[in-house]
Amino acid sequence: MSQTKKFLYVNRKAPYGTIYAWESLEVVLIGAAFEQDVSLAFIDDGVYQLVKGQDTSGIGMKNFSPTYAALGDYEVRKIYVEKESLEARGLSLDDLQHLVYEDEEEDWAEKDSIMLVSRAEMAEVMAEQDVLFNF
Amino acid sequence: MSILHLVNKSPYERPSLETCLAYYQAGDAILLIEDGVYAAVNGGRAASGLQGLDVAVLGPDLAARGIRQEKLIDGVKVVDYGGFVDLAVAKDKIQSWL
Repeated sequence: MSQTKKFLYVNRKAPYGTIYAWESLEVVLIGAAFEQDVSLAFIDDGVYQLVKGQDTSGIGMKNFSPTYAALGDYEVRKIYVEKESLEARGLSLDDLQHLVYEDEEEDWAEKDSIMLVSRAEMAEVMAEQDVLFNF
Repeated sequence: MSILHLVNKSPYERPSLETCLAYYQAGDAILLIEDGVYAAVNGGRAASGLQGLDVAVLGPDLAARGIRQEKLIDGVKVVDYGGFVDLAVAKDKIQSWL
């Protein structure tokens, strides 16, 4: 009685002004532990969650950004980032963390988890899911 | 009567900054804090509206979000918490755009 569903977590908020980003990450890790087919989408202000070099020592909050690098170990390998959202904010892929997973079918070669997609392509990603979670 | 305008929301999520800019007058200053700091990133759509205005950004909130100072538009001041207080004292009142 193990039916795998396609879960997409849609992240639309910046990381520290509200708790949404952190809560999403926790739910993602729980979903992954139940061996569902998990993908993440980062659109609108959600793209800010993946910006590298975050240092929260001056604001008294936990820096949870290193946790994104652990997603590969939880078999979360599909991280879709929307091109239009990055560009509107003056960002590019170079501003984001480099997230990878190890592919057991190719001798554990490291592969990129982040896929840069257009808004139209993101709509297709959403269309093919069983369940959408919005944060 | 000068005003220090505080903006703590991302310009891409809410129109707080846009509204603030409509009320900005000569002698005022804007301090971007929390998610408001994203407005000052060079190349972003919101940055053009800040050109020529007296704008400061709270450094610890930039650092928390991984935004390096060289990513900001020219002319923006980066201040610490002490600088926040100095700005608050320098202006006659504070307007918080929630």
